[in-house]
Amino acid sequence: MSHSFWAMGGYARFVWPCFLLAFAVLGWNLWAARRYHLQARRRAQRALAMADTDS
Amino acid sequence: MWTWFYQLASPPHVYRMAARLSGGFLAAALVLIAYGTIAGLVFAPPDYQQGDAFRIVYVHAPAAWLSLNAYVVMAVAGAIGLIWRIKVAHAVSAASAPIGASFTLLALVTGSLWGRPMWGTFWAWDPRLTSELILLFLYVGVMSLRSAFEDAARGDRAAALLAIVGVVNVPIIHFSVVWWNSLHQGATVARFGKPAMVPSMLWPLLAMLAGFLCFYLAVLCMRVRGEVLRRELRARWVREALGS
Repeated sequence: MSHSFWAMGGYARFVWPCFLLAFAVLGWNLWAARRYHLQARRRAQRALAMADTDS
Repeated sequence: MWTWFYQLASPPHVYRMAARLSGGFLAAALVLIAYGTIAGLVFAPPDYQQGDAFRIVYVHAPAAWLSLNAYVVMAVAGAIGLIWRIKVAHAVSAASAPIGASFTLLALVTGSLWGRPMWGTFWAWDPRLTSELILLFLYVGVMSLRSAFEDAARGDRAAALLAIVGVVNVPIIHFSVVWWNSLHQGATVARFGKPAMVPSMLWPLLAMLAGFLCFYLAVLCMRVRGEVLRRELRARWVREALGS
């Protein structure tokens, strides 16, 4: 990649942080959604296990 | 004929359907976002007025557009849950809130970073910026209200009410550049007649809009699965779905 591409016509310090932040937000959303579902699964499994021991 | 429609209110059906859909949406999102990013950063020509700073639009516009759509989904699903007492609708409403809030924050920060070189300031109390900030507060308010109740059903109802009241802000954000004298530019793509962009700039933007939408739907499906499970902890179908 040429230097002019990374320089973004003098706007590099505005353009690149925007793209980095956008990918960080996309990555966080994916991670948080997976984590949320896995936590709910574990809670449900614990609830089912407790129901089994009660009965 | 309407069986598929009624099944949308069934937690086990939605749980399984969301699992099937999330993978497809995510794959489409990755392809579209990869194309949009490369084409937007490398192949689109610089703007004749804004130079290369205009490329911020490829992440700013999809984030801002999604911030509104995610709110409408949250409010409509909340209204359906409130009126017809459908648990799945409340699950969709709850799932949409954190995603929408993150995209609202992204739209505000990227807009701010674009505003500095273009307007000479990171922030102005402009109608579009202020109404978008109010949208972020509404998201935070809806999420806080939902988690403030011990009883999940009461939390769902209170959050749905606030989401419905707050939906009035959505047309205000959209039309703020028309109704008031705003620093923010008017509609560029969604306007009557021809879009104000050349195809080499427009196609990457359309790909990013579609990619962000697919990404939202993929993440929404994942979160809906978590929300449905949390509301159905002791249901018989959960045992079968989790295979225990």
